[in-house]
Amino acid sequence: MTEKIIQVENLQRTFGANRAVDGMTFQVEPGEVFGLLGPNGAGKTTTVRLLNGILPPSAGTMRVFDLDPAAQGELVRRQTGVLTETPSHYERLSARENLEFFGTLTGIAPADLPRRVDEMLSFFELAHRADDKVETFSKGMKQRLALARALIHQPPLLFLDEPTSGLDPEAAQQVNDLIANLGRRNGQTVILATHNLLDAQRLCDRVAILNKGRILALGSLKELARKLWPVTWVDVTLFNGASAESASASIQALRGVRQVSAEKESLAIQVEAEEIIPQVVSALAANQFPILKVKPRDYTLEDIYFALQAGEA
Amino acid sequence: MNWRSIWAIARKDLKEVRQNKAAWAPAIVVPLVFAVIMPLVFIILPQVIPVDDVQRELGDIDALLRNMPPALKAIFDDKSLEQMFVIYMAGFMLAPMFLIMPLMFSSVVGSDSFVGERERKTMEALLYAPTSDMELFLGKVLAAVLPAIGLSWLTYVVYAIVVNAASFSLMGGLWFPLASWWPMMFWLTPALAVLGISATVLISSRVKTFMEAYQLSASLVVLVLALVFGQISGVLFLGVGTVLVIGTLVWAVDALLIYLSVSNFKRSSLVAKL
Ligand SMILES: Nc1ncnc2c1ncn2[C@@H]1O[C@H](COP(=O)(O)OP(=O)(O)OP(=O)(O)O)[C@@H](O)[C@H]1O
Ligand SMILES: [Mg+2]
Repeated sequence: MTEKIIQVENLQRTFGANRAVDGMTFQVEPGEVFGLLGPNGAGKTTTVRLLNGILPPSAGTMRVFDLDPAAQGELVRRQTGVLTETPSHYERLSARENLEFFGTLTGIAPADLPRRVDEMLSFFELAHRADDKVETFSKGMKQRLALARALIHQPPLLFLDEPTSGLDPEAAQQVNDLIANLGRRNGQTVILATHNLLDAQRLCDRVAILNKGRILALGSLKELARKLWPVTWVDVTLFNGASAESASASIQALRGVRQVSAEKESLAIQVEAEEIIPQVVSALAANQFPILKVKPRDYTLEDIYFALQAGEA
Repeated sequence: MNWRSIWAIARKDLKEVRQNKAAWAPAIVVPLVFAVIMPLVFIILPQVIPVDDVQRELGDIDALLRNMPPALKAIFDDKSLEQMFVIYMAGFMLAPMFLIMPLMFSSVVGSDSFVGERERKTMEALLYAPTSDMELFLGKVLAAVLPAIGLSWLTYVVYAIVVNAASFSLMGGLWFPLASWWPMMFWLTPALAVLGISATVLISSRVKTFMEAYQLSASLVVLVLALVFGQISGVLFLGVGTVLVIGTLVWAVDALLIYLSVSNFKRSSLVAKL
């Protein structure tokens, strides 16, 4: 027995000579929002298919809810919801009919089904169009319906493949807010496959950065940044006219400060760790230097992502 | 085996196909032609055209009758020439036409539900549903076979009513269906419906669009009919025994095709074709 929701070891899947998934190893904890990040063809969709047991692996082991998806796919899929890359519905049927169909397949009892469907429709703001054919829906509405379909049986594990692709900023924001709520509020575990780095940065607790079927890096944003750039930078701006040059002299000797460069009223200071930053600030203040702004340099997922993908190329 | 899922899939497929005009339009037109227009033409014809022409037509029938097995020949005993013509046309000549319907209906619905689902990109979500491959397969097969059999039976009923009504005064009572029509309805028709769908499933794994599958299945229908017609118009008459034998042969082919299509219908191979 294990508390991990997903355990994958050296997972591989080849299509002819193409290694779509090439030896992945990772684990996902309950309640986590776990990102699968990578460029086109990195193997995100293939990984989702493998973990749901609709595609058999070529080699390696995987456990989902301590089940083997390749052999016990039905049992795994009973507990997962999947938002597929292209959210296609039965366009000639209504939103309600689409949800009733998938609700039945996922085993919701007939007595509960109408209520569940109504809840989903109103939660995703589709109630007023519930009985219209899906072919009359906008892309954003279809995406929300696809989310409703993935969530209707309240699966403890949710896979979202490019949930915001092709949506306008407002609809994308709506979908992202929803995802953010899922993990936090319902304790659902979410696997988010995306190449939208901002979304991933905002939503994911940990990410696996993929390229050509392999994991380049794995961890939280902070962990990844520290691994790539073990030192911390802080930018300090002094108030109008104060000389950064002379300020730099007053902090150069501080413990933990590695390097200082000054230009006009700006200082760029490299420190060993974040804890050093307050000491730098008090030293400057003690020497009467007027501080306007202190800004530790944050690495975005984008910085990390491009650093990794560049290293790969 | 989860029958609730299987029925849900079958019902969903039927709801969908109802919206596909290209699929159901022939399902209305063909039965109408076979069950209403053709029998009327053949029954009314000998009653209105000049006696000479009937006589000439019936000359052919006389020749045919001489080659008939005795059991069938008995049906024609003590009948007038006009009556013989009607029995021959409505009871025997048109019979093979009815074999088109189960084949056609089931392969049209099958084309829509197996290929159409992939063409419209809804297959992937369905594959992620917690059903087994077998349940998915059965749901889709039922969606094709049940309405095919139902519509065929409905056509038989309409045909029986039209034939009896139109020939009531000529024949002096109800005479249809003949004995051989019973095994046709309950043995051969279901076998052909299953033949239509299982062939379509095999075809569907090789084509990309509903239209392709539709056309291929249609050519299959024509092929089967050509075979059947060739047999019948030459030597065979659809007596009870003949129908039972043909039915059994078709069921045997069905068993083989179903075996092949089940082993073809796997999530893993379906997902590779998305
Ligand atoms: N059914 C298949 N047959 C052959 N090759 C495949 C198949 N499915 C995926 N591949 C290949 O596997 C690799 C990974 O594809 P996958 O769809 O998993 O990538 P992805 O990360 O989801 O990309 P995207 O961001 O474009 O969705 C690609 O090179 C793709 O061409
Ligand atoms: Mg993908």
